[in-house]
Amino acid sequence: MASHRKGALRPSTGDRIFDICNVLFMLFLVTITLYPMLNQLALSLNDANDSIRGGIHLWPREFTWNNYAYVFDQATIYHATLISILRTVIGTCLTVFCSAMVAYTISKPEFVLRKFVTLAFVLTLYFNGGLIPTFLLIRDLNLLNSFWVYIVPGLIGVFNLIVIRSFIQGLPDGILESAKIDGAGEFTTFIRIVLPLTVPALATISLFAAVYQWNSWFDVFLFNSSSVDLSTLQYELVKILQNSNSASSGKSAADAFANSDSSNFVSPIAVRATMTIVASLPIMMVYPFLQKYFVKGMTVGGVKG
Amino acid sequence: MQHSANAAPAVAPQKSPKASSGTKHFLKMLMKQRTLVLMSVPFVIWLFIFRYLPVWGWTLAFQDYRPGRSFSEQEWVGFKHFAFLFQDDAFYRVMRNTFAMSFINLILGFVLAITLAVLLNELKNIVFKRVVQTISYMPYFLSWVVAASIIMVALSPEEGIVNQVLVGLGIIDKPILWLGEASYFWGIFAASETWKNLGWNTIVYLAAITMIDPAQYEAADIDGANRLQKIWHITLPGMKPVIIVLLILNIGQVLETGFEAQYLLKNPANMDFAETLELFVLRWGINFGNYSFATAAGIFKTVISFSLLFAANSLAKRMGQERLF
Repeated sequence: MASHRKGALRPSTGDRIFDICNVLFMLFLVTITLYPMLNQLALSLNDANDSIRGGIHLWPREFTWNNYAYVFDQATIYHATLISILRTVIGTCLTVFCSAMVAYTISKPEFVLRKFVTLAFVLTLYFNGGLIPTFLLIRDLNLLNSFWVYIVPGLIGVFNLIVIRSFIQGLPDGILESAKIDGAGEFTTFIRIVLPLTVPALATISLFAAVYQWNSWFDVFLFNSSSVDLSTLQYELVKILQNSNSASSGKSAADAFANSDSSNFVSPIAVRATMTIVASLPIMMVYPFLQKYFVKGMTVGGVKG
Repeated sequence: MQHSANAAPAVAPQKSPKASSGTKHFLKMLMKQRTLVLMSVPFVIWLFIFRYLPVWGWTLAFQDYRPGRSFSEQEWVGFKHFAFLFQDDAFYRVMRNTFAMSFINLILGFVLAITLAVLLNELKNIVFKRVVQTISYMPYFLSWVVAASIIMVALSPEEGIVNQVLVGLGIIDKPILWLGEASYFWGIFAASETWKNLGWNTIVYLAAITMIDPAQYEAADIDGANRLQKIWHITLPGMKPVIIVLLILNIGQVLETGFEAQYLLKNPANMDFAETLELFVLRWGINFGNYSFATAAGIFKTVISFSLLFAANSLAKRMGQERLF
């Protein structure tokens, strides 16, 4: 875009030095961004006993899948992974569908409650009840220790509404009108016409909703920490971290978790690295392909929000 | 649902809003648009329950709340909990930490993100630029749990790459127990935030840079301006409106820095510098079950946030920026 071309002028020495420094800086940035992740990946694929010797950087020294086998052998972690997947899928679908529906209604100028609904949502940007009142509300609604506490309280975000609504308003008028002429009702129009046409906006929302669901741990801790059945992958990792954090150094701990039943010993370092990779891999594999969408979504949200 | 929708050709209204008497007309419209009403009003009810109702819970702060009693049976104590709050040394420490980390976050977030956006824009190889951008967005998508795990490994005294590099370069003699020393915590927090969010924060600024008219750069070339001069006199001024809007928006949000990083990286050794107001509320409310006192602390935070928001808004007006609320 920013095509400040040099024309016939040859780049000066200063320019060339600037470019070289700039590229070097970017390489430095890429290194410190990627190194910690790749280091964990290497540790998770390296023999657990060998890792204790240290010196693993970017490449496993004694390659093995054992750490992954061990981690998924643990009933709690296996179950937690299922819950994580379940909340991500259900939460994302419901959030996208409901947000799109509300966004559609407030995108229609003739809707009599348009201002009321919009204002009700936008006002919530400026206050919130806070931790304790929310906790007590969830308790009073009997949502403690239930799966739905992951889905219902965060169902619709104002940011989602703004992104989808601006997108719908940007659609050519004729498309929605022609659906009406065919005698389609509002709900049919929404399902058959609006949803397919807003796919780019919905992709943005899906990504954010899925990332939110997959990464959440605080709601597990706050609302469901007493029911092991509802624990998620992220929360299991939190427990491992808390174990190692309460010990004096970062390394020596988490033994409570990595039980050393001699035959199948897996060191805490390896377990932690493996969990870290499992907890982040799904998102790492998806986000680069949605880059176009979230960059656009951020720009819309940033300008209008 | 579809049937009722068929009965309501929503194109028709708009014709004469003033002609019929107000309420009657409104109800008629409501009936006509009942599909739209059904599609949105349930969610307004949801919104009321989950976003508005908790505000009613602020009354807790003025009571000695006992679980199991009905609202009318609770004992009202006025500002007792607030008085306690202001006598508590821990509260001042927590406020100091909250403000310090929030402002470090705000300033670093701006300065570094703007710098990086400008530098990314100066890259000539488009493919290289794309790759750097994609990689720089990655940590934003990681959970704080994963980030905290990575940070703890990187900072560990035995294995940690940070200690290895610093010792290798001769900057320190022996490995440091970074998370065991309270006074390092703000720095660690700032570095963690930067690692996680820097790339992501550049998105808006890069978008702002693409809005700058290329003709300006061409004119500067003819005048013989060098790269730094062009950055200083064209790119940065071109980003100014976006920078100001975001700065103002962020001042209002400054105390909402989150608490995940602090919660996950804190330990008994660095607690004095790690605990923020949010964690203070969590500790008193959830761990000790003193709901009233914790709510009072939460309200205090909201009050400060609101004052900052209004201050930012009036600042925006004075600087000639319209519309925040």
